[in-house]
Amino acid sequence: MAYASVVREETETPTAAKALTALADPTRRVIFERVAERPSAVVELAAGLPVSRPAVSQHLKVLADGGLVSCHRAGNRHIYSLDPQGVEALHVYLERFWKRSLAAFKAAAELPASEHYHPDQPDQEA
Amino acid sequence: MSSTVTSVRESITVEVPIDRAFSVFTDGIASWWPPEHHILKAPLAEMVFEPRVGGHIYDRGTDGSECRWATVLAYDPPHSVMFTWNIGLDWEIETDPKQVSEVEVRFLAETPDRTRVELEHRNIERHGDGWERMRDAVGSPDGWRIGLQRFAADAAAH
Repeated sequence: MAYASVVREETETPTAAKALTALADPTRRVIFERVAERPSAVVELAAGLPVSRPAVSQHLKVLADGGLVSCHRAGNRHIYSLDPQGVEALHVYLERFWKRSLAAFKAAAELPASEHYHPDQPDQEA
Repeated sequence: MSSTVTSVRESITVEVPIDRAFSVFTDGIASWWPPEHHILKAPLAEMVFEPRVGGHIYDRGTDGSECRWATVLAYDPPHSVMFTWNIGLDWEIETDPKQVSEVEVRFLAETPDRTRVELEHRNIERHGDGWERMRDAVGSPDGWRIGLQRFAADAAAH
């Protein structure tokens, strides 16, 4: 799914920078994690948080501007859910890291027996 | 295999027995870990994977300095291992336990000589504070776009 962003149109990329900044705030990160767990209304998200409902709404607006959450109406309620776009940069970063690392792991694991890594003779150049 | 936005899943099949796969991944981590991805200022002397729950994975520099960048949460040779990821997105050590993600690795014997390794890096959104610094590190959104294209090209080539 991460590959999809590669072909996304130019107009949508600026959200990446906003997304990165939006999550720098601890309260917003908590709200984001709750939304990530389950799509929720503002009142549900505010429950148990030491901030007012309007403050939660304001945080949600910042998260939405950053492309991290999106909102849809269900009857007279606004339900917030995760918007995958904003988290994608981090996702792709780590995906790339692990893909590359596992390839290196495979190469190390499959070395011929004569060149095997031995715990008592650590290979320090790697 | 589904992958949520807050977790990363990768897998690879290696043509070695499960015991060797587990051993190289843990004890032999220095033989495959990307060499530029170390936090120490000093040149790397060794990487140590302490084989027990509560142990650490750490780098040791030639000057004796150490960087403990992971705590082992589960250790079940040769089947699975799980550890925290105390590395911020700027490759600085993260000390706040609420801001660390975790990595689970499972080893599955497909045949006596072939092992499938499945890795999941989850709760990556917990590194929120580092995102801003990461953004600075990678430059403009265009920088990401180029990186993504290169990544897609690599992925397609394999």
